[in-house]
Amino acid sequence: MKTKATRLQRLLLYPYGLWAILFIVLPLAFIAYYAFTDSSFAFTTENITRFFTATSSVTAGDGSVSEVRTYLLIFARSLKLAVISTLVCLLLGYPVAYIISRCDSRLQSSLITVIMIPMWMNFLIRTYAWMTILQDTGILNSAVTALGLRPWHIIGTEGAVVIGMVYDYLPYMILPIYSVLAKLDVKLIEAARDLGCSGASVLRRVIWPLSLPGVLSGVTMVLIPSVSTFYISQKLGSGKFFLIGDAIEGQYVANNLHFAAAIAFIMMIALLTAMALLRALADRKATGRS
Amino acid sequence: MKTASKIYMTLAFVFLFAPIVIMLIFSFNEAKSLSVFSGFSLKWYRELFRDRETLKSVKNTLVLAASASGISTLMGTAAAVGMMKLRSRRMRKAVDTVTNIPMVNPDIITGISLMLMFVFVGRIFGSATSLSFATMLIAHITFCLPYVILQVIPKLEQMDPSLSEAARDLGCTPLRAFFLVELPEILPGILTGAIMAFTLSLDDFVISYFTAGNGFQTLPIRIYGMTKKTVTPKMYALATLIFFAILFLLILSNVAERKGEEK
Amino acid sequence: MKKTVSLILCAALLCSVLLLCGCGDKAETLTLNVYNWGEYISDGSEDSFDTVAGFEKWYEETYGVKVHVNYDTFASCEDMYAKLSAGAVSYDVIVPSDYMIAKLREENMLLPLNFDNIPNYKNISEDFKGLYYDPDNAYTVPYTYGVVGIIYNANAVDEADAGSWDLLWNEKYAGSILQFNNPRDAFGTAVYKLGQDVNSTDRADWDRAAEELKAQKPLRYGLVMDEIYNLMESGEAAIGAYYAGDYFTMLDAQAEDVDLRFYYPEPTNAYIDAMCIPSCAQNKELAERFIDYMLSEEPAIANAEYTYYASPNRVVFESEDYREEMGEEVMEILYPESGDFAADYNAYAYRNLDAATLDYINTLWESIKIG
Repeated sequence: MKTKATRLQRLLLYPYGLWAILFIVLPLAFIAYYAFTDSSFAFTTENITRFFTATSSVTAGDGSVSEVRTYLLIFARSLKLAVISTLVCLLLGYPVAYIISRCDSRLQSSLITVIMIPMWMNFLIRTYAWMTILQDTGILNSAVTALGLRPWHIIGTEGAVVIGMVYDYLPYMILPIYSVLAKLDVKLIEAARDLGCSGASVLRRVIWPLSLPGVLSGVTMVLIPSVSTFYISQKLGSGKFFLIGDAIEGQYVANNLHFAAAIAFIMMIALLTAMALLRALADRKATGRS
Repeated sequence: MKTASKIYMTLAFVFLFAPIVIMLIFSFNEAKSLSVFSGFSLKWYRELFRDRETLKSVKNTLVLAASASGISTLMGTAAAVGMMKLRSRRMRKAVDTVTNIPMVNPDIITGISLMLMFVFVGRIFGSATSLSFATMLIAHITFCLPYVILQVIPKLEQMDPSLSEAARDLGCTPLRAFFLVELPEILPGILTGAIMAFTLSLDDFVISYFTAGNGFQTLPIRIYGMTKKTVTPKMYALATLIFFAILFLLILSNVAERKGEEK
Repeated sequence: MKKTVSLILCAALLCSVLLLCGCGDKAETLTLNVYNWGEYISDGSEDSFDTVAGFEKWYEETYGVKVHVNYDTFASCEDMYAKLSAGAVSYDVIVPSDYMIAKLREENMLLPLNFDNIPNYKNISEDFKGLYYDPDNAYTVPYTYGVVGIIYNANAVDEADAGSWDLLWNEKYAGSILQFNNPRDAFGTAVYKLGQDVNSTDRADWDRAAEELKAQKPLRYGLVMDEIYNLMESGEAAIGAYYAGDYFTMLDAQAEDVDLRFYYPEPTNAYIDAMCIPSCAQNKELAERFIDYMLSEEPAIANAEYTYYASPNRVVFESEDYREEMGEEVMEILYPESGDFAADYNAYAYRNLDAATLDYINTLWESIKIG
């Protein structure tokens, strides 16, 4: 009886399995194919080598000129901004998810829907609205000056790009954390309290470890789009921040598909590895605690 | 809620809705500007309703998002249930890894790679247009699927497996057991997954851009096309209307729910 | 709450099914696929003329056959080229810029036009015939043209500093200078400033231009495309180069304390966007009828007024109504007096460069952006 049921349920995986092979795995073969060929589709590793060896000269603020590896630098910068954005999202989003999960159930679903609402308006338009807010002559600075403070130059700085990313991806941090926290057994927390745990240590020893799967989902959902974004950096960074997404888009627009594929290929490998490590770490932590 | 929580939530919502307020204000702008407010006017709303192409793109966007989220929710939920029953650890790991790919892949790559593949297949069959509504739908389903699965899996993991076993021991068919015991348990996950899929599809620009065919232009593509000649307050008017439509529906459902409870 | 959302989802799903079913009974209708720049056609907004609807009506009245226009838009010529060259889409009419037309022609991606179906071609001014991208006037019908110029805020910029490309490198205005966020136009400004040949294949020339752009970095507010509208209108930035007609859009919306002015530096880039038929076209004759319609009086004037770009169509710039609508100042800027447009254009226009040079420029552009 049980094995039959299990086999039946396993059958449910097949449509998705077929889909995944056709539309997830197979397209990757095309990226690899393009990454390792030149414009006449002959095998080459030149695209890959170019990613690691291309150099440019950069003039620092004090006028000194130094040689840097172009794409490694771009990748490092993208990663830095993405990690900052993800951490900010986690710091801002976790409490929101926690507070919502402690409300009564009708309020919970209302609040979650309200959090999703901004995403139903297109992100291109939302980014435009942020430009209006953050500009030197924008809404925020008008308010700041009205209060008699010095205007604050944000647009075109790293801060503006981070604000844009955090804004766009915050709901994707809140939702998975919330959906795990909402399922949390209240009795566990009560038990911990009864055993003399303080609020902080309940959070640290009980709630946080149990919410790790949600946190991991959230981190993935925020980190990946922030690494690869190109629109936000163009608009809110005033074109001053050249991220890896911009590099790929630039190569595509320059009709250099093979090198675009090579950048993508390397980035994909790097991100897949990073995510696998993160997952393994979280798995070990989760099993270590229980 | 405690006062501190209330203050925190208020601040979070101010952050989330600040741009919406800006859209609302500038949708009433007299001038064709998104940064200088010159006077109150309803003209952009009037313009919006005369703009056939924009209205068509809104319709296209909704149709695409609804179809993509519907199909990916069904397939994703089924896949999640199946994944939980995989015995071999290695198999489970392989499926997990594949599922993660569309999320760990930047959307620009998902878009380009799918386009290359569709074009390749199109050439084999000798069709003049290898991209169509169908290819765009396939692409959207593909990137929505992992989000659905990722919402459902944690629910399944949190679920007590003895529950459905008990149901079957009591004589339920596997299907009945699933609908009576498992489904209600994981339903919040499925719904969240469906809503996320819908939202993602609605919000996506890059993947649509690469896989869009003739005559099926979605709103984000249309907005991006304005990059040379600038976005007009008309788009803010559209966003404002969408906002109020959702708000209206929410209030309506709240009232309906209250009434249902009173009865 | 989730119930509501699910309800919306179901409703939308139902609509989509109905919609797909509804497509079946349109067999009698011809379909025309048009691919144009965004916001580049009079679409009925602000009481203007709806060109697409106008064509559908005109065609049915003239030929007794219903036609449905699928009108799609692109953000840049390069995007359009990528889609078209991949064989991913098929359009009947496209409106690329001159340099892209040259590229498409070299790659045999355009069809020669049958001018018997385009009698209104006689409206095109002689200045726009025999240009480098189509020397025999076989493949293209010009739609709009324009010149890149410099816009500045006279309340922030000293009148005496204006007049040349040097304004974009003037240290007095550090922090309020805008540069194009695309390599083609950005390098153009530097090359014209240096007085070099914009179609050079000598890498040293492009290296020098890249140095200029790097030197400009500390002076720049940022690299922008359409953000320039917001930034100039609000006075946030004071100087920027952009396409002539767009200056008037900014002028119409400028803030009270902003006084935008415009001039053409010498030399600068003139560009032409023209209608052509790609080799993947499904209905060539219908496409030619559409092009012909675009040249007739009502749509041509409406489009020129809507885009604010100059028209190569005599019916437009000789129209009293149009001149009055535009005003003297606008006419002066949009249609600058020039001796022999075709000769100047063929001599100075920024053409399509070979792949190796383009790749080199792109590499330089990346190093400018990360610097």
